[in-house]
Formats: sequence, C-alpha cells, structure tokens
Amino acid sequence: MALDKAQVAHIAALARIRLSEAELEPLAAELSKILDWIEQLNEVDTSAVAPMASVATSTLPMRDDRVDDGDCREAVLANAPRSAKGFFAVPKVIE
Amino acid sequence: MSADFSALTGLSLAEARDGLRRRQFSARELTEAYIAAVEAARPLNAFITETPEAALAMAAAADRRLAQGQGRALDGLPIAVKDVFCTKGVLTTAGSHILDGFRPPYEATVTERLWQAGAVMLGKTNLDEFAMGSANTTSYYGPVENPWRRPGDNRPLVPGGSSGGSAAAVAAHAALAATGTDTGGSIRQPASFCGIVGLKPTYGRCSRWGVVAYASSLDHPGPMARTVRDAAILLAVMAGHDPKDSTSAPLPVPDYETALAGDIRGLKIGIPREYRAPDLPAEIEALWRQGVEWLLAAGAEPVEISLPHTKYALPAYYIIAPAEASSNLARYDGVRFGLRVEGDSLEDLYELTRAQGFGAEVRRRVLIGTYALSAGYYDAYYLKAQRVRALVARDFAQAFERVDAILAPVAPSAAFAIDEQSDDPIAMYLNDVFTVPVNLAGLPAIAVPAGLSADGLPLGLQVIGRAFDEASVLRIGAALETAAQFRHRPSFLAGHG
Repeated sequence: MALDKAQVAHIAALARIRLSEAELEPLAAELSKILDWIEQLNEVDTSAVAPMASVATSTLPMRDDRVDDGDCREAVLANAPRSAKGFFAVPKVIE
Repeated sequence: MSADFSALTGLSLAEARDGLRRRQFSARELTEAYIAAVEAARPLNAFITETPEAALAMAAAADRRLAQGQGRALDGLPIAVKDVFCTKGVLTTAGSHILDGFRPPYEATVTERLWQAGAVMLGKTNLDEFAMGSANTTSYYGPVENPWRRPGDNRPLVPGGSSGGSAAAVAAHAALAATGTDTGGSIRQPASFCGIVGLKPTYGRCSRWGVVAYASSLDHPGPMARTVRDAAILLAVMAGHDPKDSTSAPLPVPDYETALAGDIRGLKIGIPREYRAPDLPAEIEALWRQGVEWLLAAGAEPVEISLPHTKYALPAYYIIAPAEASSNLARYDGVRFGLRVEGDSLEDLYELTRAQGFGAEVRRRVLIGTYALSAGYYDAYYLKAQRVRALVARDFAQAFERVDAILAPVAPSAAFAIDEQSDDPIAMYLNDVFTVPVNLAGLPAIAVPAGLSADGLPLGLQVIGRAFDEASVLRIGAALETAAQFRHRPSFLAGHG
C-alpha cells in the first residue's frame, strides 16, 4: 500500500499534527514502507477468527454511581498553560 | 561525603532490606549512599528528575518505623521510577516535550503502593518518548548510555528501551531497583541489554492507573531489579486489584518470595521451534541451548512446541499499538497541561502544539495508527491485526495445554552502539521479535541475565508463563539465575573508581 503526499496530508490533518510541505514526501515513503511490511498479515487466513481487543477476560465490573472525587478545580487547572476565571483558556472558537 | 559508598549500593534489595531490619545501617545512610550514586551516574543520563529531598524525607519516616519495629515490606529501600508513572507534584514527562512542566495532581496506583510499603523515591528515569522505542534514543531528554561497554571499545552503547533509564540505573547501582513498563518488550529487552532482571507481569496483575498510556491493551507495569528475588519482592507490592483500572484483575496476590523456595522438578518447559529462525545469531542460539541444559539439570523436562503465528506478531503489533497510541495521545492538545504553541485559531493551536511536541517516532506511530483507524482502512488493518492477535494468543493457549512454561531468548542481539542503530524503523522493530508476541497474549515473562556475548555484553533468557502464574515464572527464572551464576559487572558502576 503506497501512500502519496495528499494521503499523508489528510492523515496528518486527522491526527491534528501540522506538517510542512517538505515533510510530506519523506513521510509518505517511510509510512508506505511500514505499511508494505504490514501487508504480510494478509497471508494469514483469519476468516474464522474474531478480533481480539483485549486479553482481559472479565466483563467490565459494575460499581455504585456515587461521587468519590471532585472539588479540586485548582489542582486540575494548576497544569493549564493558560486559564482564566476557573476555566481553561483557548483562542476564540465562535466568531 | 565519602567517595566509596559501594559497600551499601552493592547490596541486593533483599540484602538491604534484611540489613535495615537488623539495624546494621539506617535508611538514611542507605539513601544518602544512593543519592550520591545517582549523582555519580549522571553521565549515563538515566534520570530525568532527581528527587533527593523527597528521598531523605521518606527515609526518615522509614527509620522511625524501623526503630519502632514497625518496618513495612520495602521500608527504607531506594528505588527509581520510570518517568511514565504519574507522581504527585513531581515532574512527569514520559520523555516527551509535549508534557513540559507537567506535575500530576495524583499518584499512580503502582507507585502509591510502593510508597505505602515504605520504598524511597530517588527520581524519575529516562525513557523512549511515550515508551515508543527499543534503544532509549527517542527521548526528548536525550539518549541514555548503557553502563556496559565492549572491552577495548569506548563507544557508548544503548541501554535498550523503552525502560532504558531504569535498566541503566539499576545496572550501574544508582538504584536498588526500578519500575518499568512493557508494551512490546520495554522491560525485558533493556533488562537483557543491561544485565539485570526484568519482569513483565500478566496483563491485569499491576494496575495501569496513573501510567501515561501508550497502548492500553498492551501496557504492563512491572519491576526491574538485580536479582529474581528482588523482582519477586517488588511484584508482591506492585500487584493487586485496583478498582480504578477496570482491566485490573480481582485476584489475590501470592507471596512471590516464598514461592521461590520450591524447585522446578517435573515442570515441562516449551521450546518454540519458530523462534529458532535461520537468521538467529549463533551466540543467541547457543545461550538458549545452554538455558535448556540448565533447566534439564534442575529437573525440568524440555518439550518442543510450535507457535505457528510468531512471524505475524510484529506486524500485528505495529498496527494495534499505533492505533491505540493515536487514540491515547489525542489528549495532548496544548489546552489542559504540558506544552502549548499558540496559534491564531484553536485548530492552529492543536496542530502546532502536536507538531512541536511530538518527536519523529511518536509522530510516525500516531500517523500509522490514525491511518489504520480511518474510514475505509479500519477493517483491512485494525480488525485484521486484532484477528491475528487472537491467533497469536491461541498459539500460546494451545502450547500451555502441554507445557508449564516456555524458554526463549529475550532479544536477537546484545546492546549496540548508538551509531550502529539502523535508520530503518522496521529494522528497529525487529528487536522486539521475541517479546512482542507475549504482550499480544498478555502473559507473564521474566528476563534473566544468563551470559555474555562474544564482545563481552550481557545477554538474557526469557521465561514465559501461564496467565497469572508469575510464581512459576519467578521460580524458573531463579533456577536459571542459580545455574548461570552471572557475576559480571558493567564497566561503569556508580561510586567505583
């Protein structure tokens, strides 16, 4: 599976990673090579096999729906690069 | 401060524990020796953050308890923490620029258990960025040096990765032991490269809560130590059910140290024929054969087994792990913590922050993962890889109907020099050929130093066990350790010469 520059630009946009024009070509070559190597998975007949998402066999446990944490706004905001009036601050989103 | 603190730092964790209990030395003396060792080991770049003040305070508390005869399991024992475990109020970087300045407001469950047991925190160790790497060369904080060098060759060698700082610190006697995480070999391979013991427990045995996530279905926290006994002591504290990790197993934790007392007579040890690949270096194969002889001599019975999908484990891993990473790393957006690169719009802020914050290997894996999960490719890549994962796990399940454990090499080579490292990502991925299948199956496995390569570097052997049978893995590991009598020491030991 060969990726071209346009596809790499599309993937990078999905991943929210800004790439310069000069980075697209080398990345396309690099990622294509990795995907080519991964193609060998197609040698395996998996028609009768269900996908395995996790080895954890237990079903997700239920717990009581009660608050056991919270009231720690200062602690949460302490790592924010910018905050204002008790909120995370970002560039204006709505015109 | 005395230049020679090696009398204390040369002790194993079990010996140091027993010495503290007998009051032969204090936790403060032991901790001061290790703080000096951490400083002496700075040329290795094994630590990102040193925490000597916290260490001394923890040692003082341990001394008070020990004096009252109320010593806890790990009281006064100085250890290092891979910088992927969140530590309350202490910088936590995951080796990435994007976590600049991040001081978690909470503590990971595994480290919290260690501190509750009285362990002393020396600092946070260097690692490949977000634990993505096999040579500790992708860290934003620079590469770690292996304390071992080839005799007559002064070139620095890689410590392996991603838990390279932890492995180098333990091997150089700059920590009694350390925590690591293993997503595709990141505890076992650096342990092998640095001549120490590394244990990846069963998936679900040690909580992942508070561990910076790489690939959630594959990440395994575990101990790295100088002896199998030390790893057993640490695991007993680190393991156990945690309601905060829904994949954590609600199972009792055995006394692993006591479990070491038994022998391995009559155990069937599987030798997977697919691991004997034609390109396996002769010295690795010879060491593996030697391991089989050792276990045979200890009363175990070697049995040839087949793990037919071994070859496909690596390509399946390099879809599943990047896919999970692309999802897990979506949280790094420059808004709530860490690095922020300002932009004109929110979109700009996200994209510029992530472009500058992630290094080349992380970017590569996030892009591969994003592609594999994207519309039109999800079935062909992601679901296909998950189906192959099921087959890899089934291979192990079928083998364990016939055998009690499996013996294998850890890595296809000894440590290599930084300039010997391939630029080809796929060549680097092949370092993990013997370790990745075990992560896909979630099984416990230990790496034990077993011998030296022709150029004088440590090589490990790996014992893989049934799910939640860490006790047998440790016991067989101890049998290998006893037989191998690995007494070699790295060329760099903190506080020596």
